[in-house]
Amino acid sequence: MPLYHDDDQAMLAETASQFMAEEGAIAKQLRHWRDRNCKDGFGHGLWKQFAEMGFTGMLVSEDDGGLGMGSYEAGIVLEEIGRNLTPSPFLASSVLAATALKHADDAARQRWLPGLVSGDLVYSVAIDEGAKHRPERIKTRAEKSGNGFRLTGQKDFVLHGASADMLVVAARTSGADDDADGITLFAVPKDAANMSHDAVRLVDSSMASHTKFEGVELDGDAVIGEVDGGREVLNAMLTAGRIGAAAEGVGVARGAMDMTVDYLKQRKQFGKLIGEFQALQHRAAHLYSEVEIARAVTMKAAQLLDGGSEKADLMASVAKAKVAKAAGLAVREGVQMHGGIGMTDEYDIGLYMKRDRALQEFLGDMYYHASRVADMSGY
Amino acid sequence: MSDPDAFRADVRAWLEANCPPEMREPVRDEADVYWGGRNATFKNDAQKAWFEACRDKGYTVPEWPKAYGGAGLTPAEGKILRQEMSRIGARPPLSSFGIWMLGPALLHFGTEGQKQRFLNEIAAGKIRWCQGYSEPGSGSDLVSMQTYGEDKGDHWVVNGQKIWTSYADEADWIFCLVRTDKENKYQGITFMLFDMASEGVSTKPIKLISGNSPFCETFMDDVKVPKSYGEDIPGYVGQINRGWDVAKYLLGHEREMISGAGGGDRTSAIGAAMKRMAGELDPVLRAQLAMFDVDALAYSAMGEKFLDEMKSGKGHPAQPNMMKYVGTELNKQRHELMMSVGGSRALEWESEDTGGGKPSRNWLRTKANSIEGGTSEVMLNVISKRILDLPGA
Ligand SMILES: Cc1cc2nc3c(=O)[nH]c(=O)nc-3n(C[C@H](O)[C@H](O)[C@H](O)COP(=O)(O)OP(=O)(O)OC[C@H]3O[C@@H](n4cnc5c(N)ncnc54)[C@H](O)[C@@H]3O)c2cc1C
Ligand SMILES: Cc1cc2nc3c(=O)[nH]c(=O)nc-3n(C[C@H](O)[C@H](O)[C@H](O)COP(=O)(O)OP(=O)(O)OC[C@H]3O[C@@H](n4cnc5c(N)ncnc54)[C@H](O)[C@@H]3O)c2cc1C
Repeated sequence: MPLYHDDDQAMLAETASQFMAEEGAIAKQLRHWRDRNCKDGFGHGLWKQFAEMGFTGMLVSEDDGGLGMGSYEAGIVLEEIGRNLTPSPFLASSVLAATALKHADDAARQRWLPGLVSGDLVYSVAIDEGAKHRPERIKTRAEKSGNGFRLTGQKDFVLHGASADMLVVAARTSGADDDADGITLFAVPKDAANMSHDAVRLVDSSMASHTKFEGVELDGDAVIGEVDGGREVLNAMLTAGRIGAAAEGVGVARGAMDMTVDYLKQRKQFGKLIGEFQALQHRAAHLYSEVEIARAVTMKAAQLLDGGSEKADLMASVAKAKVAKAAGLAVREGVQMHGGIGMTDEYDIGLYMKRDRALQEFLGDMYYHASRVADMSGY
Repeated sequence: MSDPDAFRADVRAWLEANCPPEMREPVRDEADVYWGGRNATFKNDAQKAWFEACRDKGYTVPEWPKAYGGAGLTPAEGKILRQEMSRIGARPPLSSFGIWMLGPALLHFGTEGQKQRFLNEIAAGKIRWCQGYSEPGSGSDLVSMQTYGEDKGDHWVVNGQKIWTSYADEADWIFCLVRTDKENKYQGITFMLFDMASEGVSTKPIKLISGNSPFCETFMDDVKVPKSYGEDIPGYVGQINRGWDVAKYLLGHEREMISGAGGGDRTSAIGAAMKRMAGELDPVLRAQLAMFDVDALAYSAMGEKFLDEMKSGKGHPAQPNMMKYVGTELNKQRHELMMSVGGSRALEWESEDTGGGKPSRNWLRTKANSIEGGTSEVMLNVISKRILDLPGA
């Protein structure tokens, strides 16, 4: 497979790009919901439109009513989401939760997938416990109770957790906190008793929650995959999610870079367009290079994952770290090269900086992933 | 193309049968590289066998047409061959400026007669070429070059000086930029081909900070360059006075080549090898290596994407400048890290243990990567103008 879009993928990119630029545009979505202090942080109407476009269930298999596409195609949509800073539950629902549900039994898939595909429901995942991503350690416990389980613990950084109709929760059913084994994934519905959300607005205006489970009773049907055997599913979910977050980050980087390069061609100082100054040209050219490379490795990681390669996990971490570096540079240079205007709320460049910051943290920052690259490479 | 799986299986079997184990080791020094040419000698039998097998199969230049000594592979087949060669760590059978630079220019601009003669010679490693572009006053601003060829009807008489001519003292022929019209800056340059043994050509090595001197000053003193070497074999490429087009085209390939050397074909993390060398890594050094590996592995994905795009005609023509810029900066960084991991041992300049100071000599040599073939600053200029379309000063 060559590393560029084939005809179908190019068409998808075209469609997604147009849709997101029109319907998902910053003024229409991000600013609109932010200025209304929306408690969900995104618009459900747009999510329905995502469904009409066939995006919501793109990773769901055709047998389950989806399009049966891969991580590469999801990346195409996510890049456009990133470019327009479109707030939506796509990453959490259609990538992370959908990947987990692939491993669920028929009953669970029939219960949860139609609502996802139709855009009626949104899901999220509850993985992190604390301010830094560290899924190697899971403390939240699910103890056997009758035919089911009793869930106790706290999860953090649950994307739009308070508005999700269902959370995929990683909990420990046996072993010690740091054990690889003994993890089980549960589908916890919104109305579960003894679950509470402390919803917080993040720097990028998105909503996340600290979610508490104080003896949440779950029946056996809530289990996704095998009891005690959830680590593998969790890892599959993380790999897909990291590549997805990287793809969205590439979009953020490209959006910020495009705005900045445009600005360099318009703003005059010292009687010249500032884009004529070599000091800025070289920085812009360096930035372009970094963003292109981040994009290439993200595409590569998705391709490896879709091809079932065992290198996908490594490349997912490379992609997540590289995108963090490149997108971080894009937003910092973006604000700086805009001069004073870049600091104003009225101009969008600052919104890119905020979104990038949140995405960088999600599912592991560049230090976490660079360290993983070292671990996986044996040093 | 043929069935890719069948082709891959064929290639694997052929490599298994023809690539000696000694040729699957990383290149350690100059003697491990075979450059061909009139006076070439092989380091050992394995090197000879590997070169000859590839030459006979057309694998010194796999994607060139069969009529010119190649194997006529499609881009997709070429990619499979490269993947399979890199999978077993096979060394290139033949390294040559003829393959990387002159060949592509001849394929694009050459006459049929030139192709028949020169491409076949290049593919068979018979003639070693050097590149005469730079002059003492014309480096980054190459088009200001002054070496002059006076038109004498059926030949030119060339006078001037070139500098930084890599391996000029070992090369058989030179492809050389010569001014043939003093009035016209861009359209007054001719791209000439001539024998380094011609009367009036002399070379003088330049010693580099690495202590090695594979570079020369090249002097041309009343050198007679024929306008023709036979029927349909002009002594110049493209048109007279339009050599700048050829030079620019060729630089694109040069940059591709240098960026490849900079990391384009390296797909595994260096940290693991460094740890084996150092035993234990300082946590801060480990972190530096990990951040480097992120960049290097990402760049190798870019290398793959870049080649895929180039081969399919989807690439931006200035993209090689970006690859060159990033690849060479990464390669310098790689050697900085290797020096840090090597510690005091890497500083030894002459000892047997270090093969005569290889770590430090290689480290110093890489500093030229971001200068030769156009400096990093010049690459950034090109990216900002031609890709980002930023306004000129
Ligand atoms: C928070 C804040 C508080 C401020 N407070 C005050 C105040 O109290 N009073 C007041 O008068 N002003 C104030 N300013 C304005 C401030 O001084 C200007 O923003 C600053 O001088 C930059 O000018 P600019 O915003 O027009 O950017 P521009 O001049 O348009 O610059 C845009 C970009 O181009 C770059 N650039 C411009 N010229 C060149 C060049 N020749 N070579 C290379 N790069 C170049 C800049 O570095 C920048 O990155 C404030 C600004 C901010 C953000
Ligand atoms: C190891 C090595 C091998 C080489 N092999 C060959 C060869 O085989 N054949 C051949 O013909 N040449 C060869 N070269 C020459 C090489 O192409 C030149 O050295 C190179 O183009 C730079 O030119 P210069 O050395 O004159 O530097 P200069 O052009 O004098 O540059 C000096 C500094 O100024 C910067 N600079 C110059 N112009 C600009 C600008 N417009 N904007 C911003 N910065 C600028 C440069 O980036 C550099 O940092 C080789 C060089 C080296 C070091």
